Amino acid sequence: MSLSFRNEKSSGLLTVARARFAAAMALLLGAGPASAGIRWNFQTPVTPIARQIYHLQDLMFGVCVVIFVIVFGVMFYSIFAHRKSKGHKPATFHQSTTIEVIWTVIPFLILVAVAVPATATLLKMENTSDSALTVRVTGYQWKWHYDYPAQGIGFFSDLSTPVAQIENQEPKNRHYLLQVDHPLVLPVGEKIRFQITAKDVIHSWWVPSFGVKTDAIPGFVNQSWAEIDVPGTYRGQCTELCGMGHAFMPVVVKAVSQADFKKWVAAQKALMVASAAGDNTTWTEADLLSHGKAVFAANCSACHQINGQGIAGTFPPLSAGKPFSAAPAMLQKLRHRGFLTAGGHVVMGPVKNHLRIVLHGIAGTPMPSFSGQLSNADIAAVVTYERNAFGNHTGDVIQPAQVAVLR
Amino acid sequence: MASAAANHEAHPAGLKRWLFTTNHKDIGTMYLLFSLLMFFVAGSFAMVIRAELFSPGMQIVQPYFFNELTTMHGLVMIFGAIMPGFVGFANWLIPMMIGAPDMALPRLNNWSFWILPFAFTLMLSSFFMPGGAPGTGWTMYAPLSIQAGIGMDFVIFSIHLLGISSVLGAINIIVTILNMRAPGMTLMKMPMFVWTWLITAFLLVAVMPVLAGTVTMVLMDRHFGTHFFDAAGGGDPVLYQHLFWFFGHPEVYIMILPAFGIISQIIPTFSRKPLFGYESMVYATASIAFLSFIVWGHHMFTVGMPAPAEMFFMYSTMLIAVPTGVKIFNWVATMWRGSLSFETPMLFAIGFLVMFTIGGLSGLMLAIVPADFQYHNTYFVVAHFHYVLFSGAAMAMMGGCYYWLPKWTGHMYNETLGKWHFWLTTIFFNVTFFPMHFLGLAGMPRRIPDYALQFTDLNRVASIGAFGLGLTQLLWVYVVYQTVKGGKKAASKVWDGAEGLEWTLTSPPPYHSFATAPVIE
Repeated sequence: MSLSFRNEKSSGLLTVARARFAAAMALLLGAGPASAGIRWNFQTPVTPIARQIYHLQDLMFGVCVVIFVIVFGVMFYSIFAHRKSKGHKPATFHQSTTIEVIWTVIPFLILVAVAVPATATLLKMENTSDSALTVRVTGYQWKWHYDYPAQGIGFFSDLSTPVAQIENQEPKNRHYLLQVDHPLVLPVGEKIRFQITAKDVIHSWWVPSFGVKTDAIPGFVNQSWAEIDVPGTYRGQCTELCGMGHAFMPVVVKAVSQADFKKWVAAQKALMVASAAGDNTTWTEADLLSHGKAVFAANCSACHQINGQGIAGTFPPLSAGKPFSAAPAMLQKLRHRGFLTAGGHVVMGPVKNHLRIVLHGIAGTPMPSFSGQLSNADIAAVVTYERNAFGNHTGDVIQPAQVAVLR
Repeated sequence: MASAAANHEAHPAGLKRWLFTTNHKDIGTMYLLFSLLMFFVAGSFAMVIRAELFSPGMQIVQPYFFNELTTMHGLVMIFGAIMPGFVGFANWLIPMMIGAPDMALPRLNNWSFWILPFAFTLMLSSFFMPGGAPGTGWTMYAPLSIQAGIGMDFVIFSIHLLGISSVLGAINIIVTILNMRAPGMTLMKMPMFVWTWLITAFLLVAVMPVLAGTVTMVLMDRHFGTHFFDAAGGGDPVLYQHLFWFFGHPEVYIMILPAFGIISQIIPTFSRKPLFGYESMVYATASIAFLSFIVWGHHMFTVGMPAPAEMFFMYSTMLIAVPTGVKIFNWVATMWRGSLSFETPMLFAIGFLVMFTIGGLSGLMLAIVPADFQYHNTYFVVAHFHYVLFSGAAMAMMGGCYYWLPKWTGHMYNETLGKWHFWLTTIFFNVTFFPMHFLGLAGMPRRIPDYALQFTDLNRVASIGAFGLGLTQLLWVYVVYQTVKGGKKAASKVWDGAEGLEWTLTSPPPYHSFATAPVIE
């Protein structure tokens, strides 16, 4: 009780502090109009757990402010009253067992008092049983994959902010860096369990409004859960440094009513049937090139760059005649697959090996396997595109059936 | 007798003096200057980071290079600026404070220092390797560090060298303190600075080998076919984090305990009153050191630990607040009813007290596991550890520098410029790092080169503060340079309230001090 009293009292202080800080900030920024948009606390919680965390944070902040004010109130009084310039003569005391016991015991009791609600919330967070829906979340460099095992749906979720906005060639839109091509869609009002893992390095899946942040670790499946109260779109980000594209793999969740969720599931299933049909047809060269360009931009351009030039020393260029330097192990692996001439220039190697690299990756290098992420049609399209773009004019046209035999 | 004394003073001049010296004062000076140089190197990385973050969108560097900068900023600040800085203070002061003629192992002392320039040449050269410096953050988490280019191997070897340097330096300090105290200087009469360093040295000996082993496992995974951290080969990526933070948390106290020591020297001097609760200060320092070994899990609450483990690490972490609180209360009680004056060292000590406490309190907030799930890996954490490492460790060193500079050089520094340095540092520091608390709460992850639009305003404020903070440190260099070159002669007892053996020596002290041990009654 005493703690909640302190909390209310301090939230007044907090408001004053925030107002002052905001005023100081406005001065600094030349009273910028944007300062109205600054958030001073967590994003609005929309799950019971996130709400409890929000209160815990306010409680802790309150406790800290009170302690701070008392301790430094004493110190600043001393600075004001006990100064040499005022002729204050120093006392000689340097010990007091009583007071030392008091200021050891009181902080301990405060800690016990805040540990109680913290432990209660923690135990609730860790209880992932009795969920109505399970979603598997898999982190990749640098995108998320979502799976609904019971519904048989799965898809990748990629940043949809155009590169031109990142490179400052276009004005940035409202949800700059926090928008994706396929958001995770979830129903409100039921307990959803997340099973979180990763394919390459460690990522962390964070939706601030849900109070869910869980590391996605290769070889581990971590669990957490959320029960969303309010329909809406919620945005978060990867929060574990995962390499070059760490800032560019947002999490976007669309929470919809349970009826809308059922409709969405049905629509997704229809889409998947259509996509599977693509693997069984023969594509025209123009279709392969245009689809391949899109697949390349979404999956390959982060490393090999949108112009296929790669990054010297790290990611190989895909265009013929561009010199490439890397660790001997990497060069050896590429040469072994017929992709490097003696001079260190990347040229187009055999089609089969090209497809195998995209399908299975190159073990021991950053090149990942795309067999789980891309359909046969996607791979056929992207390899066709790579072999005919960036100044490569091989004229090769690859069909999904050629990919299927190498799987 | 006179000629014997003169021979004691003789030493080679020029470059040879510094290469071959076994004198604790020369070696201390080299450590301090090296640390200052690294402070500027790592600081310049921070300036580029803040320039990139001035606006959303990629501005001046590429995302991967940004990661290289955050990694190197952390590694060089921690291993290059803060740790050698404190070793510099230890070298200069411990023999003078305990009445010893020099460190116990002078040749080892020389070697401990001279490893550093080679180690940092290796580390910084990784920028020029194919693939660049590691972009893994200073924590070098596997499997990301397994993926990195050859620069990672250079960093691993430089960490081995730094570990050797630190462990040798720590052994030297332990041996010196335990064996070379002047007659009558019992352990419980030692100045607090000596106590905090004794405890720090034990921490160093205990955990630097753990880090060396951990990065060696990364090296093995990278090149020799092991799978310690590779799940596909039966390894465990989380094991890396357990090992790293078993080193990493005591490392935090390695960087702050000597700062506690410096502050415990400065506050009584300018309060003209003995340190309050000396004994409880010693016990508090020892308990913090002990607790530092059982709290490492709080750096990794989101890895999916079972609830009982999370509860253990939460409670043990919260417990650290008790001895840390005792220290803060003791410092305030030392000032209480003293006769306070506010020369530059005291200003830095008071700044330390206030701002370190902000960092300590945000640390307490971070200990609360459910809330930590929201704070973890956001700018809230960045704000927290800069409050303990910059306004804690670095500002304690600045205070210590002004406090002992007259003793070391024999000249008084320029008090006006010193005060300017303090106020500008404090103001710009808070302009830089206070807004980061709010950025973190609002959801900005750390270690990102580009951010969503709602974070723009506060990032801009932080960047402006950072440029000011960086520039202000040039003023510090100027004040130190001016003081070394000349100025008002300093008395033996520079500060009227100062206590301790170092103030019985002339300013500057003779090249070899306490050749005859003083007697402490």
